[in-house]
Amino acid sequence: MTLIHILIFSLFVSALVLTASQKWRRWSLFIISLVSVYWLQPAVSLRQFSFWFPTASIGLTVIAWLITRHRERGLSREDLAALLFTALFPLLISLSRFLPEGWQITASRPPSIYLVVIVGSILVILGFAGEWLTKWSRLLSVLLGVVVIGVFIVLKIETLSVWASSLLRGVTGQSRNLAASTDLYWLGFSYIALRLLHVLRDYQSGRLPAVSFLDFFTFVLFFPAITAGPIDRVEKFASKMQNTVAPSASEYFAGTKRIVLGVFQKFVLADGLAIIALNSTNATLTRSIPWLWVLVFSFSLRLYFDFSGYTDVAIGIGQISGIQLPENFDRPYLKTNIGTFWNSWHMTLANWFRAYVFNPLTRALRKGRLRSNPALIILIGQLVTMTLIGLWHGVTWNFALWGIWHAVGLFIHNRWAVFLNARRDRIPPAFQTSKAMRAASLILTFNFVALGWVWFALPSVQMSWETLIRMFGGYR
Amino acid sequence: MTETQRVGKGVMKISWGFIWRVLLKTFVLFAAINIVYALLNPLPVIGRLSLYNVLFPGRLRLPYGDDPDRSFNITLSHLDAMFAAHEIQSADQSEEEFRVLVIGDSSVWGFLLDPTQTLAAQINQSEMQTDDGRTVRAYNLGYPTMSVTKDLLILERGLINHPDLIIWLVTLESFPKVSQLDSPFLQLNPDLTRELITRHALDLDTEDERFEDPTFWNRTIVGQRRELAQLFKLQMLGVLWSGSGVDHEIPETYNERLEDLPADLDFHNFMPGKLSTNELAFDVLEAGVQAAGDIPVVIINEPVFISKGENSDIRYNFYYPRWAYDFYREELRFQAAGRGWDYVDMWEALPDTEFTDSAIHYTPLGSRILAQNIIELIQEFIQEP
Repeated sequence: MTLIHILIFSLFVSALVLTASQKWRRWSLFIISLVSVYWLQPAVSLRQFSFWFPTASIGLTVIAWLITRHRERGLSREDLAALLFTALFPLLISLSRFLPEGWQITASRPPSIYLVVIVGSILVILGFAGEWLTKWSRLLSVLLGVVVIGVFIVLKIETLSVWASSLLRGVTGQSRNLAASTDLYWLGFSYIALRLLHVLRDYQSGRLPAVSFLDFFTFVLFFPAITAGPIDRVEKFASKMQNTVAPSASEYFAGTKRIVLGVFQKFVLADGLAIIALNSTNATLTRSIPWLWVLVFSFSLRLYFDFSGYTDVAIGIGQISGIQLPENFDRPYLKTNIGTFWNSWHMTLANWFRAYVFNPLTRALRKGRLRSNPALIILIGQLVTMTLIGLWHGVTWNFALWGIWHAVGLFIHNRWAVFLNARRDRIPPAFQTSKAMRAASLILTFNFVALGWVWFALPSVQMSWETLIRMFGGYR
Repeated sequence: MTETQRVGKGVMKISWGFIWRVLLKTFVLFAAINIVYALLNPLPVIGRLSLYNVLFPGRLRLPYGDDPDRSFNITLSHLDAMFAAHEIQSADQSEEEFRVLVIGDSSVWGFLLDPTQTLAAQINQSEMQTDDGRTVRAYNLGYPTMSVTKDLLILERGLINHPDLIIWLVTLESFPKVSQLDSPFLQLNPDLTRELITRHALDLDTEDERFEDPTFWNRTIVGQRRELAQLFKLQMLGVLWSGSGVDHEIPETYNERLEDLPADLDFHNFMPGKLSTNELAFDVLEAGVQAAGDIPVVIINEPVFISKGENSDIRYNFYYPRWAYDFYREELRFQAAGRGWDYVDMWEALPDTEFTDSAIHYTPLGSRILAQNIIELIQEFIQEP
């Protein structure tokens, strides 16, 4: 989101607060989300894919709802109206190709309406087929989950992205030789995927409540949260949508303050620190050890202000539109151990993986042969969970190692906590709660996290390793 | 209690009237601060505030760079900020240093050279001492645009730092009066340039339409956001400069200077026989020498690449047809003799192998050879008679 996006969203939502009734507020949030999917998608080199990526996001959302909806509830008039509107909207966007250049909300001219009608018809047929295959809906949900994970993997593995780009370039009649992974910049897919997988998984386990299409769609593609989260849960979001009320003056003020704070964090602090944040160029060229540490600390702070700033903007816009999004950060760099760090850094992502990876995995391990070894269960659980969190950012060795770094840190902390608990009565309470102890823990945790970012920030394992060694005086 | 209040992110009991008043006050305050800022015009003062020479070592050459992410450098037009970031700002003001300013275009700045390979740096590596025991210290004040008027502006600013000697490298491309004000650096400093033209009665137009005069809006904080961001970025880049010593991206490969030349006799729309002394800004050199007063100024016609390729019978290189350059050399020699300048012609000082991507950019070895020639010149000034 740029400053212009943020300003326009804020103004739209402010107008909404002053004018719309509860029913129309829901509809307005749904429509703004629908429009935003297209508006926020940046231009990509693949011809017309600044239209097709958002359309695919919408298509996946519609299919997911059709598969997982509670059939005994039937289709309400609102569901039908929202579905019809959603189906017609891409046609409307496609018609904008006849407007003068620059009048479209998509980053490039949309494709021919005939093409949109053909693809749309296929989707509608698939939708009806899904409706008829009620008894297979569980299988369909698994298939859709596989598709979502498959697309996610293709987008996150560079070799596969280039291959897919080459394939799509063949379809669009572009040069295959120019295929690049950046061609597949699908806005918000990482977040859309997690929301859809959460819904599909809850559907399979029978925990998914009945949600209207309008609420479901807005949950998956809610405009402030589509680019960088936070990741809400569908039942909570739907409840907020159903009970949305115009924010009070206090809430509006707090939301606006949050947006301003977020903008300051993102566009002043984060963008300022970005100049000196660790990257492959400055990591290679910097010879001085102290300045190398400064680059790493700058990256740490930059990442936090960038992400936390975006989250503040998203929560602020949500707040003034009457939807309270979940918190994502809680002063993570002021935490005194790696466990509490992960309870305060990208909290909604950590919660997602806790709910859908760590908990089921450790539950399963406890029932197996490892049940007598809880430490090993925790180690495996943390290694798998944190590695997957790392790979969610991109399927590279560096992200995997970043995840493993944290998994090892969490495990060591877990064992240390168990060790200390067993001896707590032997350690003077004054020492346990002393400011010096707290400060030392905070510094240790921050530095552990900051050093972990070296894996995250740099593109190769060798460069990261050499940088870490140089930070401690090696490789002179 | 609403969920917002439960989150506890500073939610207060406030009314819509309060919000409107806050919005109104914010708008009024924002407008007032911008107006006061525009009236006070504090940018020159802000530009002098620098972390260089305090927290970061001063830069060895003036800030210039197109890609800050790779060169750790930035192009800006604020002369005071550029000097504030330069090592000359912390130059020893005592009598222990014999201070030499080296002024000129991109060949002096050191395009495609490491900051330790430029002419000034190579002069310093010779560790020369004057007869009275002072260390000779050269400062690179080159700037990569070709205009002797730009050089004059920098020379005058450099005088504040009490030089003992000024070495001014020039080439024909910096002389045509028609292109003197082409440099964005001069266009973005209209007041300084106009003042320079007026004070020295230079044959240049103070009303030239290329000057970018700021409007009132341009002087507000909003209008100057780009300049302010550049100043901020220059300070931040000090971290990368300190840590790496890098201030210029030198690509592994580049297009070499043209060996085969077009069959073109034109020089800045002048054809053979049409270029006259009046079309070249020799008055700017005279202004520089006059401005320096008692401080000796040595003017050097800098080395140029001499092609042996196609059409080299009519052109020396990409920049110069032979007729124009020969005319210029003769005129410069004549002007120097007539006006009593210290002038040395080094146009052939480097072999053709020691040029990189342009007819005036040197290899590290070329820079060393030229520096050696300049060192010999300096020695004439540091030895007691």
